[in-house]
Amino acid sequence: MVMPRGTAIVVVLVLAGLLLVPVLGSNYLVDLSTEILIYMLFALSLNVLIGYSGNVSFGHAAYFAIGGYTCAILLTTYEWPLLLAFPAAVLLSGLAAAFVGYFCVKLTDIYFAMLTLAFAMFVWAVAFKWRDMTGGDDGFVGVTVPALIDGRVPYFYFTLVVVSISIALLWVICHSAFGRTLVAVRENRTRAGFVGVNTRAMRHVAFVVAGTFAGIAGALLAMYNHGMYVESAFWTESAQVLIMTLLGGMYSFFGPAMGAALLYLLNVFTIQYTEYWPTVQGVILLIILLFVPEGVVGLGQKIRQQLAKAD
Amino acid sequence: MSMLTNPTIVFLQFMNSISLGMNLFIIAAGLTLIFGVLRVINFAHGVFFMFGAYVCYSVVSRMAETAGAFWLGVLAAGAALAVIAFIIERGLLHYLYDKEHLMQLLFTFAIVLIMGDLAKMIWGTDQYSVPKPEGLKGAVDFSFGADLAMPLLYPAYPLMLCVLGPVVAIGMWLVLSKTRWGRVIRAATQDREMLAALGMNVPLVYTAVFVAGSALAGIGGALAAPRVAVSPGMDVTIIVECFIIVIIGGLGSLWGSFLGALILGFVNSFGIMIFPNWELVLSYVLMLLVLLWRPWGLFGQPEADGH
Amino acid sequence: MAVLEIDTVHKNFGGFVAINDVSFALEEGETHAIIGPNGAGKTTFFNLITGHLQPDHGSVTFDGRAITGMAPHRIVKLGLARSFQRINIYPRMSVFENVQVALIARDAMHFKLFTLGAALNRDETSELLALVGLGDEANEVAGELAYGKQKQLELAIALAANPKVLLLDEPTAGMSPQETAESIRLIEQITVARGLTLLFTEHDMGVVFGIADRISVLHHGVIIASGKPDEVRNDEEVRRVYLGGSSHAAA
Repeated sequence: MVMPRGTAIVVVLVLAGLLLVPVLGSNYLVDLSTEILIYMLFALSLNVLIGYSGNVSFGHAAYFAIGGYTCAILLTTYEWPLLLAFPAAVLLSGLAAAFVGYFCVKLTDIYFAMLTLAFAMFVWAVAFKWRDMTGGDDGFVGVTVPALIDGRVPYFYFTLVVVSISIALLWVICHSAFGRTLVAVRENRTRAGFVGVNTRAMRHVAFVVAGTFAGIAGALLAMYNHGMYVESAFWTESAQVLIMTLLGGMYSFFGPAMGAALLYLLNVFTIQYTEYWPTVQGVILLIILLFVPEGVVGLGQKIRQQLAKAD
Repeated sequence: MSMLTNPTIVFLQFMNSISLGMNLFIIAAGLTLIFGVLRVINFAHGVFFMFGAYVCYSVVSRMAETAGAFWLGVLAAGAALAVIAFIIERGLLHYLYDKEHLMQLLFTFAIVLIMGDLAKMIWGTDQYSVPKPEGLKGAVDFSFGADLAMPLLYPAYPLMLCVLGPVVAIGMWLVLSKTRWGRVIRAATQDREMLAALGMNVPLVYTAVFVAGSALAGIGGALAAPRVAVSPGMDVTIIVECFIIVIIGGLGSLWGSFLGALILGFVNSFGIMIFPNWELVLSYVLMLLVLLWRPWGLFGQPEADGH
Repeated sequence: MAVLEIDTVHKNFGGFVAINDVSFALEEGETHAIIGPNGAGKTTFFNLITGHLQPDHGSVTFDGRAITGMAPHRIVKLGLARSFQRINIYPRMSVFENVQVALIARDAMHFKLFTLGAALNRDETSELLALVGLGDEANEVAGELAYGKQKQLELAIALAANPKVLLLDEPTAGMSPQETAESIRLIEQITVARGLTLLFTEHDMGVVFGIADRISVLHHGVIIASGKPDEVRNDEEVRRVYLGGSSHAAA
């Protein structure tokens, strides 16, 4: 499958725009773009599970945090070079997802959701209590970032490259033979089993893919912040990325990326006026659930169809 | 480890296990009741619990010297949560029953976010403590006249919880198995379509169960208030504990959550002696073992389409 | 030679015996119908054969291999495919994708994370769709097809597994008489062309006696008769409990 032309043009334009951000934009815009890129990847990774396999994880922050902490600790405490620390962090997130996923994919639906949350709170508790390693609730402060990318603009380009490659890989996975079959598993697990698909193994692989790419996003965040904090493992972080995914639209590949950008901007805007960001998120979630279950992208498609009919 | 050989400490921890377990049971029972009938896992159960504790605090702090203030607080917590649950169910949740489970789950998630903030707006972020009620401030002597080096004393308030838990369990069991309403609710857990066929007012059953289950969360919160610090964040701890309980015991099973709550009580109380600071790990290991052995929990039934 | 053998298979649902020590053999190349009143256990019987349910005891042998307790996805791989009484498709995927996914699974390509999926098995998918008369609907959303067409789509999905033996659970349920006739003609045609062994349940006795080589009658979880259509038609017990036996039963 080739990307539809409209989507391809938008992707190229967005990429070109991002490349120019440091040239044309302010420092603030560069920082904002870096953060949004990281959250885009985080949301897209979750959507492999939600949108493509039909399993809702309430604990996706766990793998984000494992990636972040591992990268931070290996770079700083053990002074590993980036070329080892970064892949090791990603690998560990994937392994953690493989372990947790083994238990979670035995269950479906509500049980699955509960178990993902329970595991994520476990990861949070470990990050909180293992002070010697993680810094506990003070956070892991002062991450050593290699000089080559330590700086606002270099780090932005580093993030852009890593996120672009990751998204490209995710795109291929979601549009692969695996991705197609995964959608069938989402649509009708019983039928998929009866055409010869081991649906549990499919969901397990999806869980690992999602966890691995969340780990990449987490590692990027740890270096960006020069620190890693327990809040990144907390359930509110899982909630936030879930809302990003739904807001953009879980039935389209790029929807969650759009949702991430939208929610992040909304966050930046809202916290200037109120400390009650969770309420804003809750209200957004209610609106999505009751009125636009397909998210912004789905809404756009609907409007386009209506307009086409009107012509 | 030496603490485990001290009979007084073992006795205390044994009692603590049961009182903690019974407090957890009262909360988890509401969660499992709602799931049994509505097939909704109410993520907001933890925040309902927290509201219950806050409401109890507010009542007690305003009527400090009045006898029975605490019990009034417990009742007020139950009533307040019943009203809140009624508004949520009638106002919003029932529009989502014919949608996917996921939608209902996410809906209760939104309630958590909003009510968590609401609690901060009303009660701030301070920690509150609720004094134990009159008459339950002392301790009960378990030495029974025996001449011990140290008398076996156990505080009266948690002892009351040890008694109250089984009373609630048996009461719920009686209501569910002996009354017409109970039979209707149990029929609803088996087959929802049958309810309508029997001429039952299904929406009313759903509302009643959601209200009752939520009231239990509120009462559980009020009962926990003298034992813990009433503060923001207590909702998350409790909901994760409830999840572990129902995962171990089996969703939708009353006795499953009773057993699950007891097990968690023991793991927490004794775990803290064996691995101080890491007792939480033990509950997770236990949960994993149960899941390996019985994926649907000790008393749970597999989902209809489980393959 | 029997391609599918069921030996004293038993299934109990909380005290209710759904399938009671049933033994049964499906001969290679035959078209065999299972009939019986509603609730006789036909669908349970299919679910026990295809691995959706595990029997309490008894064994299922397919092509000389014990398949009792095997997961459905493994049984399909051995060449035993099925369709369902209630529509069982992927409603939000296109008609084309519905069949293509089954082919991807047959070729064991479904764990290929880096092989793009869209172009896989394109021709074979189109052929299968043409075969069941859905050639023009390839790009439509499966869930929006008319009921009869969804049934055909199900048939195409089952055929995609390239089975030796095909189990069809009520293939004409809910169809108009005309749709039924067309659908049965199609099934017969495909069975012959592909050399399939066919086991099906059906409520329309015209269809059953029209195409089955042999018929088995399931009643209260027991096979009470099995044989050629004429033998079954004239069987005393079958007449009594099932076929137009109402006058006897009332007496």
